[in-house]
Amino acid sequence: MSSLLAVDLPYWAQSLLRVLGGTVAVLLPAGTIVYLFLFKMMSFMQSRLGPMEAGPYGSMQLFAEVGKWLQKEDIAPERADLPVFRFAPLVVLMSTFLLVAVVPFGPDAYFTQFDAGVFYLLAVSSISTLGILMAGWSSANKYSLLGGLRAAGQLIAYELPMVLAVLGVVIQAGTMNLQAIVVKQNTDAIFGWHGIGFPYILTQFVGFLVFMIAVQAELTQTPFDMPIAESELVSGYMTEYSGFRFLIFFIAEFATAGVFALIASVLFLGGWGVPFSWFGWTTDTNSVANWMNVGGPLIMFTKMMVLTGIIMWVRFSYPRFREDQLQRFAWKVLIPISLVNIMLTAILKVAF
Amino acid sequence: MPKKPQVPGLIKGLGVTFNTMAQTLKPKKLGGGAATVQYPHEKETPPIRARGVIALREDNCTACMLCARSCPDWCIYIEGHKELAPPRRAGGAPRKVNKLDRFDIDYALCMYCGICVEVCPFDALFWSPEYEYSEPHIADLLHDKTKLGEWMETVPEAPALEAGAEKKKGK
Repeated sequence: MSSLLAVDLPYWAQSLLRVLGGTVAVLLPAGTIVYLFLFKMMSFMQSRLGPMEAGPYGSMQLFAEVGKWLQKEDIAPERADLPVFRFAPLVVLMSTFLLVAVVPFGPDAYFTQFDAGVFYLLAVSSISTLGILMAGWSSANKYSLLGGLRAAGQLIAYELPMVLAVLGVVIQAGTMNLQAIVVKQNTDAIFGWHGIGFPYILTQFVGFLVFMIAVQAELTQTPFDMPIAESELVSGYMTEYSGFRFLIFFIAEFATAGVFALIASVLFLGGWGVPFSWFGWTTDTNSVANWMNVGGPLIMFTKMMVLTGIIMWVRFSYPRFREDQLQRFAWKVLIPISLVNIMLTAILKVAF
Repeated sequence: MPKKPQVPGLIKGLGVTFNTMAQTLKPKKLGGGAATVQYPHEKETPPIRARGVIALREDNCTACMLCARSCPDWCIYIEGHKELAPPRRAGGAPRKVNKLDRFDIDYALCMYCGICVEVCPFDALFWSPEYEYSEPHIADLLHDKTKLGEWMETVPEAPALEAGAEKKKGK
């Protein structure tokens, strides 16, 4: 096991640091996204100011909301499958924590790193589908069940274009290790020019678009929010949840938005790195200056905020797809596009 | 086959929300700001004909009960008695007038239809745009004639008549 932040610590201290780091890496983006985008940007886009009373510009509103949810009664339907019902939100949140585990934040600032990183994160991201299906089925409510099934259908449909979009990056990088993908993007040259490294968004722009659309659908954000359609399904699989368990669903939704934005920035935007040639670093991560362990997470956070900003902007702008349109869009538009993208990438990879 | 969504329209949609955000964030001095008002700190001025609350001009009321009878919710409670008033001319017989004892409107029941204001033949009821009279207890929404009379001050002047219109008698 590699050391965290290049400091030699006993195993228990490392574990503690990792747990703390993971919690921060999940909760901090979730809180920031909810305040900055859900409370503020959405209000501005609707020509209102949003929460203004709790703290300066309503910045403490989130704590008020969390306090409110924690006070609420934990209600379960009489005929619900209680163990499954109670476990489902945790499964959804767990998938977020498992996702953040492979995201590299700096040369040494990562929770874990292995060669099947991309494979792992694509596999783990579907666990949330399981949790949502569990929630929908165990609620003993037909709206919840309908929402859960819609979610399952949608997440499976959009999992495919996401996998195929990521494949383009994997082909170009020649590795599935996320850390190696970051290093490669920051050390590669564009026709011999090292100025800005080689972020894969330049060559994989189509892949990036398909990935972001698929992420939007995976997160069930608005153009694709058929599963939680509040006006017809009363929030779908979340209908029967209240209090703390609803809060977990809520945190998971926005934390996953943040984590997927992190993954997108790792795969397409160069991750935590600045172009290595600026400081004379080589492809070996040991040559990267130690301050990147602090700077890297900040760079990642900035990129994440930009990407989640786009996700939320789209969410606040568009109306909802119909179920058949949604499925048709995934199977008939996104998957062919990403297949063509893979083919072109493979041909160009061999050609150059 | 329904018309397919076009990409430029989608981008235009993003532009609409972005422009609204920019407009909201623009300082008030430059003509920006939100469409909403931060209510307890600053108050919105309702339109002049807003149906806020019904005010009563007690002197005009003859306790004829037309309003109470036309009220769909039966939320107006009127009690009155007859009184002898001095005659109009010297040597005449004393007049009988209806004196108002009680005129209550239960705003917990009122549905702001305004039929009582329309039906009043003596111009005793008026719409006022005043809206801040919520109460913690529902029973406290029953307001008596003194309270209704106080609201008379908030009733705006009737707008000027159009040219050629017949002038209405008295307020």
